[in-house]
Amino acid sequence: MRQQREGSQAVAEAVALCRPDVVSAYPISPQTHIVEHLSRLVLSGSLPGCTYLNVESEFASMSTLIGASATGARSYTATASQGLLFMAEAVFNAAGLGLPMVMTVANRAIGAPINIWNDQGDSMAMRDCGWVQLYAADNQEAVDLHVMAFRLADELELPVMVCMDGFVLTHAFEEVELPTQEQVDAVLPPPPTRPVLDPAAPVTIGAMVGPEAYTEVRYLADRRHRDALRLLPLVAADYARATGRDAAGLVRTYSCEGADTVVVALGSVLGTLSDVVDQRDVGERVGVLGLTCYRPFPADAVRAAVRSARRIVVVERSLALGEDGPVAADVARALAGSGRSVSTVVCGLGGRPVTSAVLHRLLDRVARDDLPQRLFLDLDRDVVDREMQRTAALARRAEEVRS
Amino acid sequence: MVDVRIHGRGGQGVVTTAEVLALACFVEGRHAQAVPSFGSERTGAPVAAFVRVSDQPIRSHDPVEEPDIVVVQDATLLSLPSVVAGLRPGGRLLVNTHRSLPAAVLAATAGRTVTTVSASAIATRCVGRDVPGPAMLGALAAVTGVVLVDSVIAAVQDRLAGRSTAGNVAAVTEAFETTLAAVGGEARASAT
Repeated sequence: MRQQREGSQAVAEAVALCRPDVVSAYPISPQTHIVEHLSRLVLSGSLPGCTYLNVESEFASMSTLIGASATGARSYTATASQGLLFMAEAVFNAAGLGLPMVMTVANRAIGAPINIWNDQGDSMAMRDCGWVQLYAADNQEAVDLHVMAFRLADELELPVMVCMDGFVLTHAFEEVELPTQEQVDAVLPPPPTRPVLDPAAPVTIGAMVGPEAYTEVRYLADRRHRDALRLLPLVAADYARATGRDAAGLVRTYSCEGADTVVVALGSVLGTLSDVVDQRDVGERVGVLGLTCYRPFPADAVRAAVRSARRIVVVERSLALGEDGPVAADVARALAGSGRSVSTVVCGLGGRPVTSAVLHRLLDRVARDDLPQRLFLDLDRDVVDREMQRTAALARRAEEVRS
Repeated sequence: MVDVRIHGRGGQGVVTTAEVLALACFVEGRHAQAVPSFGSERTGAPVAAFVRVSDQPIRSHDPVEEPDIVVVQDATLLSLPSVVAGLRPGGRLLVNTHRSLPAAVLAATAGRTVTTVSASAIATRCVGRDVPGPAMLGALAAVTGVVLVDSVIAAVQDRLAGRSTAGNVAAVTEAFETTLAAVGGEARASAT
């Protein structure tokens, strides 16, 4: 049914349709509305049999989910920013132990400086933790990806992170079509049997592994993780069949066929980018490539999508200090040796809106063939220059005092 | 596409006003998106929210920078230049006040249509509290073609169910009728 809903509420409803056994919750902006709405659903009796755990921290939240999933429970939590970093040790363990669960990350900048607004620095810091990472372009996709994430988690026996831009999506009140319970049940059967902790039939999960086998265990974990590249398109096709709605697979392409330039991005900027591309001269031939699946990295799908393009522009919503942006590095590796130029464009950090005007400025530079390999698109150069002058003056003053 | 920006103060229901407007447009079978601007959740601090309305599905998620309509729930905010910034020529400024607007505001909005409505007084009378949002939307329905007053009422009944619903509906109706009478048969067919 089509509804006008807040993104967080729509996601909570979608999670509820997946019949979770355990929801572990610790509030942090901009995620809080999701677990709040789930708590209301549990309290109202719409989620019979679901245990809702109020825990004392994000670390406890992830740790309780590890326990819950190890007993076979379908498990869910949501977090953001410092919360994700605080649970980091347990996040890696959940993946290493091969425990299916789903976590929403309402993308938010990480400190310092403390900042509650949206960028993707938090989930990017966890990109190599072994979780499958999916990024929603809008709230419809956020809803759909959560259902697919539970199915992926079950089939892969791996945890899956669904990332959605904090505030921009979580607090946007827009149209979504929630699947029916029957549609969700058709895509997501009850959790399959797997080895679980059960006092009646004891097994060990998470034994110590020494140098004699650690490499092999990690190699196999990597193989299993990469299997998401095969599985996600199949799950998306199942979901599309059940709901009659187009569902994202590994990537989403827009006007990429015959494009000269392809702009690569993740998350809510994709919609604005598509509108901006439509407003440009047809002659500019710009396409948009959205990475729905970021981990494992869909290198083959990226290569296929940019086939016709000479120039690739990667819009980064996070900054890897000392090394530009993580997404551009992955894209460049996927396209190594192909002769295409890959530019990194950093913008929208700490909640600075990526407006259509800013994106038009970017495409103006592309059209003029005036795009450096690395560009801070929305940087206020005056502020930076002033601060650098001030620091230099202070250093000179300190030097004078010393001599 | 019609772009609306709503200004008010924290605690004044700006986000709710945006959501009710979006819901009203959704009720009419159109596409709508309401997005708050964030960070100023403190009571009394300036707050803004954006609404996009379109006959096509809405893809963009950036803030509205050049609105067709600016709705101001607290007239004291008009001293901030950002409140009318970007208002398109031919656009509309709708202000909650029972006074005439300062000359500086009228100068800054030359070429735009300015409408005032005593939304706070109407809300205080109908709801018992200064919650001007629903009355502002009643006035908006009176002077623009963005939304029909019946859709605003339906959205108020849904989104504000159990929250002085009857009083808020009365405020919508009163503001709609007063504003319609005040503008005296101004054409309502145009988008802005």
